[in-house]
Amino acid sequence: MVTANFLLAGVGGQGTLLASDILADIGLRIGADVKKSEVHGMSQRGGAVTSHVRWGEHVASPLCEKGAVDYFVAQEMLEALRWIEFIRPGGTVLLSQQQIVPTSTVYGADQYPGNDHVISVVKQAAGTVLLIDAKKVAEELGNPRVANSVLLGALSAQMDVSADDWLAVIVSRVPQKHVEINRQAFYAGRERNWEI
Amino acid sequence: MKKLLSGNEAIARGAWEAGVEVAAAYPGTPSTEILENVANYPEIYSEWSTNEKVALDITIGAAYAGKRAMATMKHVGLNVASDSLFYASYTGVNAGLVIVNADDPGLHSSQNEQDNRHYAKFAKVPMLEPCDSQEAKDMLRLALDLSEQFDTPVILRTTTRTSHAKSIVELGDRKALPKRPYEKNPQKYVMIPGYAKRRHPVVEERLTKLAEYAETCPYNRIEIGDYSPRSGAERGLSLGIVASGPSYQYAREVFPDASFLKLGMVWPLPRKLIAEFASRVRRLIVVEELDPFFEEHIRMMGIPVEGKSLFPIVDEFSPEVVRRSAYAAGLVDRPPVERAFDKGALPLRPPVLCAGCGHRDVFWVLRKLKITVNSDIGCYALGVMPPLTATDTIGCMGASIGVATGMRRGGLEGANVAVIGDSTFFHSGMPPLANAVYNHTPLTTIVVDNRTTGMTGHQGNPASGLSIHREMHTRVDIEAVVRAMGVEEVHTVESRDLDEMEKVIKQAIQSNKPAVVIAKTPCVFVTSHPREAYQVVTEDCNGCTMCFRIGCPAIYKSEVLDEKYKRPKAYIDPLACVGCGLCFDVCAPQAILEGALKQEATLTTHVA
Repeated sequence: MVTANFLLAGVGGQGTLLASDILADIGLRIGADVKKSEVHGMSQRGGAVTSHVRWGEHVASPLCEKGAVDYFVAQEMLEALRWIEFIRPGGTVLLSQQQIVPTSTVYGADQYPGNDHVISVVKQAAGTVLLIDAKKVAEELGNPRVANSVLLGALSAQMDVSADDWLAVIVSRVPQKHVEINRQAFYAGRERNWEI
Repeated sequence: MKKLLSGNEAIARGAWEAGVEVAAAYPGTPSTEILENVANYPEIYSEWSTNEKVALDITIGAAYAGKRAMATMKHVGLNVASDSLFYASYTGVNAGLVIVNADDPGLHSSQNEQDNRHYAKFAKVPMLEPCDSQEAKDMLRLALDLSEQFDTPVILRTTTRTSHAKSIVELGDRKALPKRPYEKNPQKYVMIPGYAKRRHPVVEERLTKLAEYAETCPYNRIEIGDYSPRSGAERGLSLGIVASGPSYQYAREVFPDASFLKLGMVWPLPRKLIAEFASRVRRLIVVEELDPFFEEHIRMMGIPVEGKSLFPIVDEFSPEVVRRSAYAAGLVDRPPVERAFDKGALPLRPPVLCAGCGHRDVFWVLRKLKITVNSDIGCYALGVMPPLTATDTIGCMGASIGVATGMRRGGLEGANVAVIGDSTFFHSGMPPLANAVYNHTPLTTIVVDNRTTGMTGHQGNPASGLSIHREMHTRVDIEAVVRAMGVEEVHTVESRDLDEMEKVIKQAIQSNKPAVVIAKTPCVFVTSHPREAYQVVTEDCNGCTMCFRIGCPAIYKSEVLDEKYKRPKAYIDPLACVGCGLCFDVCAPQAILEGALKQEATLTTHVA
């Protein structure tokens, strides 16, 4: 039985909820008990979005405990920093290099954190850090919206679940005409070593 | 067949399986998705009602008439519907009636975190509380069975964490039920004092019988902890925990060895079962979010119990909140993992008005006019956020006009306006507006009509005329409504026309009469984008920051600094910009290039 706690964090519009639905379905497919919990009340208004996914023999809490997340998929640099306490010592962070600047840095004095600062804090917190230019890879494939499949592909390489199981669920969750590009994105994420 | 469902999806499925035929709701986070999912079942008549009370009255009527019915709402929605809850408790039902009530501990999207378990006690009706999606589906059926067996409305209470968390559910089939014929019975269904007085003893008797039922309800159960031969049962009995809903799940993980009294029926409470459990464990604690509801009841039974002396009374629980309190109380060996990192100050990412949102135009003008703004519940509540910061008060649905009237009567110096959305106007804005007309209050009300119930996910409402099935029903014309109420000073204006809007708002205020300005501003999600993105001509921009102050999420500080003032110049993200043009209007050096009008632009979802 694969037991794992996942945290996904992004910004409204980044597909955090779809990505976590896919992760939850993969857990169901491999026979795990699964729970998933998200906060999306106002995500459509550009707010921060998080989603917790848990696989296990029996999962009680729908929320991961702080400091107990095995895999933290951060779809955005600032959000990686915001939620980093959730990673367990020794856990794996998948850090997408995308930056989405909040309006508070535009009208106010808030500063968006620098890349080097984010990476150094994430490295300090986690055991393994994968730094992934998911959006760039997706754009090179021809559609920036498949960035999440790049991230899921990279995540799949860290886990003992077959690529077929991952792809079966991804295919079931995307429109027919986008299946091929999502498959390519998945493998682009899976087959490269992103570790830093 | 097993499927991952959210609590809300499971409730919708449960309603279908249990033979519900009528369902009504007003949208409200975290309850909204229940009716959205119910609408996919053709066997169920479903509708967005104008408010929660209307929804509840409709389902009460449907139950009287003989069909199983369900009303769904968020916690504060039950405040609106509470008048109906109390009479329905007296009349009872005929066919089953379930009221799904979604509380929001942690105020993810609400104005308070009231604990609606009190309503069950207050209205003397039973309440069930699931702890996962399977229970949510199963309890929906139980609620309807109990409703018919005991002739009472039944409340199913969720919280955000049950409504929006997914877990595995075994799906079942629909069991359609024969209609229960309606029989005229004024002594039961007409709550004039003489008849109602005779119903009160019926309600009290019913509560006694329900309390007896609670003792054997399969969702109230004792789980004795840690029977392993190594540690013995002794350890499991040293701590007994009473919990329900998500708190039960958190406590299960934090106290793996403890014994539990897991409550699924949270009102009336099973006194004998509680006493039995208390007698078996050495220390009894209650782990419950928000109010000490179980705790006070148990203490009143004369049983020593701890709860709020150990666990917080505010905010949502989580595994680490429960663990932190448990560790501080010496109940567990391990504290939560709390590592501190030197992150520096992080910019917050609060929700903002969308790029192109017409509400921004309205608040831009109101801020410029420096008038007091009594606003209301909806996307336009975001007008209070920086940099617009235009709003003075927001209370609950429909409060704007009454509060604005009161501020006029209360001697406010300077002008004030009420701001209310189209959906909120039909929800509860009409009575206070009629009141302002009737009582000659010189108040200006701005109806920000974006033709949708935006914040909860763009549901239809009387202003858009769109049904829950996205079909065009009848639009109720706001201007005709306010004129019919007797408002003489009525102006309808496109929000995008800043000069005209400013002019008519001033004119309305100066009229010194009850006045209404309808600021039409179709939500960017319900119309196609009429224009191409705007662009900053970098060499013309001097970094004056005017466009930064409209708080548009499509406008950024660029890397390029103005040579004279060393200020960052503006940059417009062409993917995020929908071409509304407010930045163009406010740009002093005229450095913003207007986007081209798209010829094919049309309203996609409604007819003008």
